[in-house]
Amino acid sequence: MTLLVRVREARHLGLVVALLLLAAVGLITSPDTFGTSSNLVSILALASTIGVITVGMTFVIIGGGIDLSVGAVMALASVWATTLATQSYGPVVMAVCAVLVGTGAGLVGGFLISYGRMVPFIVTLAMLVAARGLAQRMSDRKTQLIQPENSAIVELSTTRVLGLPLLVYIFALVVVVGWLVLNRTTFGRRTYAVGGNPEAARLAGIDVRRHTMMLYALSGLCCGIAAIIIMARTTTGSSTHGDLYELDAIAAVIIGGTLLTGGRGTIIGSILGLLIFTLITNLFILNGLNTSDQLIAKGLIIVIAVLLQRRGLESRT
Amino acid sequence: MNRSVGRRGFLVSGAVVGAGTLLTACTSNEPEAAAAPTQQTAAVGGTDNDQPGTRVVMGFSAPAADHGWIAAIAKNAEAQAKQYADVEFKPVEPTNDINQQISAVETLIQAKVDVLVLLPNDGEQLNQVARKAMDAGIPVVNLDRVFPDKLSYRTWVGGDNYGMGVAAGHYIGKKLKDKGVADPVILEIQGIATLPLTQDRSKGFADALKSYGFSVTAQQDAKFTVESGTQVAGNLLQAHKKIDAIWNHDDDQGIGVLAAIKEAGRDEFFMVGGAGSANAMRDIQSGSGVLEATVTYSPTMASSAVKLARLIAQGKGMSDLVENQVPQSITLASETVTKENVQAYLPLGFES
Repeated sequence: MTLLVRVREARHLGLVVALLLLAAVGLITSPDTFGTSSNLVSILALASTIGVITVGMTFVIIGGGIDLSVGAVMALASVWATTLATQSYGPVVMAVCAVLVGTGAGLVGGFLISYGRMVPFIVTLAMLVAARGLAQRMSDRKTQLIQPENSAIVELSTTRVLGLPLLVYIFALVVVVGWLVLNRTTFGRRTYAVGGNPEAARLAGIDVRRHTMMLYALSGLCCGIAAIIIMARTTTGSSTHGDLYELDAIAAVIIGGTLLTGGRGTIIGSILGLLIFTLITNLFILNGLNTSDQLIAKGLIIVIAVLLQRRGLESRT
Repeated sequence: MNRSVGRRGFLVSGAVVGAGTLLTACTSNEPEAAAAPTQQTAAVGGTDNDQPGTRVVMGFSAPAADHGWIAAIAKNAEAQAKQYADVEFKPVEPTNDINQQISAVETLIQAKVDVLVLLPNDGEQLNQVARKAMDAGIPVVNLDRVFPDKLSYRTWVGGDNYGMGVAAGHYIGKKLKDKGVADPVILEIQGIATLPLTQDRSKGFADALKSYGFSVTAQQDAKFTVESGTQVAGNLLQAHKKIDAIWNHDDDQGIGVLAAIKEAGRDEFFMVGGAGSANAMRDIQSGSGVLEATVTYSPTMASSAVKLARLIAQGKGMSDLVENQVPQSITLASETVTKENVQAYLPLGFES
């Protein structure tokens, strides 16, 4: 056990070093802009949306599953919460609506996976397509603006406390709660058990099916929260929100050292992985480089991160 | 043989009914949208050409509307066709799949429509089926994305991407020159960088700026979506502490760009948009933000295309021109909408 802990710590150490290296690159290449507090705030705000989704994704992947529907579910939640009908009930109902839609979509997917005995990859792929279609249908493929009377939602992005926009606190809260649930509750321990060896978990008296369903509901819940953040940042709900977020979230989780086969992983690692990605985007734009090179860099980083992790594991076992 | 025709007829009617239900289903989302101005733009001219003439069955195919601009194209075409008692409008299910659009156009050819209005997903890839229509004696009005082969269409009508960049470049260049700004920081937020239309826009922008001795300081692409508009603008604002002007290619993604600007609390510069959405026009009208102008790439071209298609099918020319037939190609000018003239453009703006 101590060995495992040490491996995990070492893995985080590698990620922290990578982050520091990127920060050093930023300080050298754009000395007047990179280190400013407003740029750091901007990076955190940028990371918030996918960050919240990544927390949910980490649970699902540790539990041995995968959720491809996250971006589409977030888009659906943002659209549902910004229809004129929903908007007429005010900002609180809009936020609750986003969370309920996200959780509901997650529950449906989770039910099909656990009780319908279907493969997560396929169910969530179906959900991805269907949720985006429903979002397009609901919004008539238009961008839905948040009405002025509901600007309380937008204020999550514009209001700052101690220099940070409120949505960064939402992100931080989700990370802290996620960490507590994963590391300090039976739900968290069961997640590791279910992902590591479902049969053993079942024999140990865990209701594996119910637990699996709850994991996808949790991921959906995170998508709902992310929808509130994206609504605040863009002042809109749209069926185009969150395109390919599933890939960014999965990549962040993998870079963070979570095994795709389940049973092992950490939330801190995922968040560090995500910050590395966000930092790269920021660095490229600060230096006026184009998006194509950025994609190449991200691809390389995924490969390098996984190679390093494998080597790290092999040398210790 | 008979049977296959029957089946195709059934397919076409299915597609038409499908499109119809889609439209009615969509309108149900707008009970309180009274504040929004005209959703569709249909012009009623004052010449003999608008008098009822020979009956015209008009096929219409366009990509699926995942963007306000394309949604407005379909709406405008439909609304314009409804203005005419002599036009039977046959839209097929919109799709973003090249393969599906090809077979949709094939069903329209089989149904022997009198004229086709086509906005292809990709001009190159739809070229062959458009040619097939022309060979079958059905004139094709090519909307916006051009077919490479001139035998594939009777008339092309579309916007001027290069001209759009020029219009934006002139507005920004002139304004900065008048202000006497030396070495200004000019940012450009593109749509999808890999598209030829984006490259044309950027080239026009750079060329026009060059005539004032200016150049683009930094350029990023934002995928035409609100969300990536926010992300890219957020980062660009960090990269440049003092900005003089921004040109954003697309008003839909502009909503996100403006949100990021507001979030950053910046207002030392002015911004020019692109396409001409109703939303951007309302912002220009209120004058409360950084958005001062937008250069049009107007979906009203769909209304014009329907009018032209009808004239072609009826064998008439354009009443303001001397010729007896409709011209082979019409490039719309990119117009600059500012606070001074926005009133005249608001009815033409499309809802994002």
